[in-house]
Amino acid sequence: MAIVYQKSKGLTDLEMHYCPGCTHGVIHKLVAEALVDLNLLEHTIGVAPVGCSVFAYNYFNCDMHEAAHGRAPAVATGIKRVLPQNTVFTYQGDGDLAAIGTAEIIHAAMRGEHFTTIFVNNAIYGMTGGQMAPTTLVGQKATTAPHGRDRAHYGQPLHMAEIMATIGGAAYSTRVTVVDMPHMMKARTAIRKAFQMQMEGKGFTFVEVLSTCPTNWGMTPVEALGWVKDTMINEFPLGVFKDADSKEGS
Amino acid sequence: MASRVTFSQDRCKGCGLCITVCPKHIIFLDKTKTNKRGYHPATVVEMAACIGCANCARMCPDSVIMVERNIEED
Repeated sequence: MAIVYQKSKGLTDLEMHYCPGCTHGVIHKLVAEALVDLNLLEHTIGVAPVGCSVFAYNYFNCDMHEAAHGRAPAVATGIKRVLPQNTVFTYQGDGDLAAIGTAEIIHAAMRGEHFTTIFVNNAIYGMTGGQMAPTTLVGQKATTAPHGRDRAHYGQPLHMAEIMATIGGAAYSTRVTVVDMPHMMKARTAIRKAFQMQMEGKGFTFVEVLSTCPTNWGMTPVEALGWVKDTMINEFPLGVFKDADSKEGS
Repeated sequence: MASRVTFSQDRCKGCGLCITVCPKHIIFLDKTKTNKRGYHPATVVEMAACIGCANCARMCPDSVIMVERNIEED
């Protein structure tokens, strides 16, 4: 019997604190497996955010740094500029990246900082109890929007992957999800490509991953996967919005 | 036996995501068991039907699944 799959060496043996069925765990695995397979783990420094994934520094089996809320791109900028030979990534949720840290991420992309951002978008503030986020869908219920997000009052969701694609310093911007095997394989490829492009010095790389929040969406984990596929993908289309590699090729 | 799936049942949170990706539909939550976290852990009913694709293990957010396959029989 040969082992065909076991827990990645890129993750520590600690049990994750995430709610049952939260896809943070799946995304952690894809990042860890990419770092191991690309032989980068020993030289990687990750920056953890504030939000549900605040304890990410306990789970990734590489050097990690915690940042103030939304400031992971600033911390990653400092680390990468001092240690340009190392792989640097930030792992941020939508409250961290698309709300309090919006300026940080946009300016990091503008400067073309050579790190990778994994942006986990679950359309709600998970850790604080299900409040409306900038990424909450119009009509979606949240504790601060009990009748659903009202477009006239609260506006429409922010599309971060598309915004990043408009910025000159960004080399790669894509949106993926992990709700079933075909989508997960595409997410796996995207995360690998982002790290590869970083190490080739192509510029800032950004991977948005649509994730679930069964607890605050008020669904079972399996229903939450279905909601991403049936509803969330319509608002946040999957795809590659910028790829400096393919531009060179054309 | 061509393949074997091993669950670290004490770490399973019973979310059932593994069940959604199993092409053979052989995974279920064992309602007769409650693990130390208070969840009904996932298990395989008919191990002989397992093809060792490792979809369940890739999908598991808590990395509780290990998959082995007898390569010689492939």
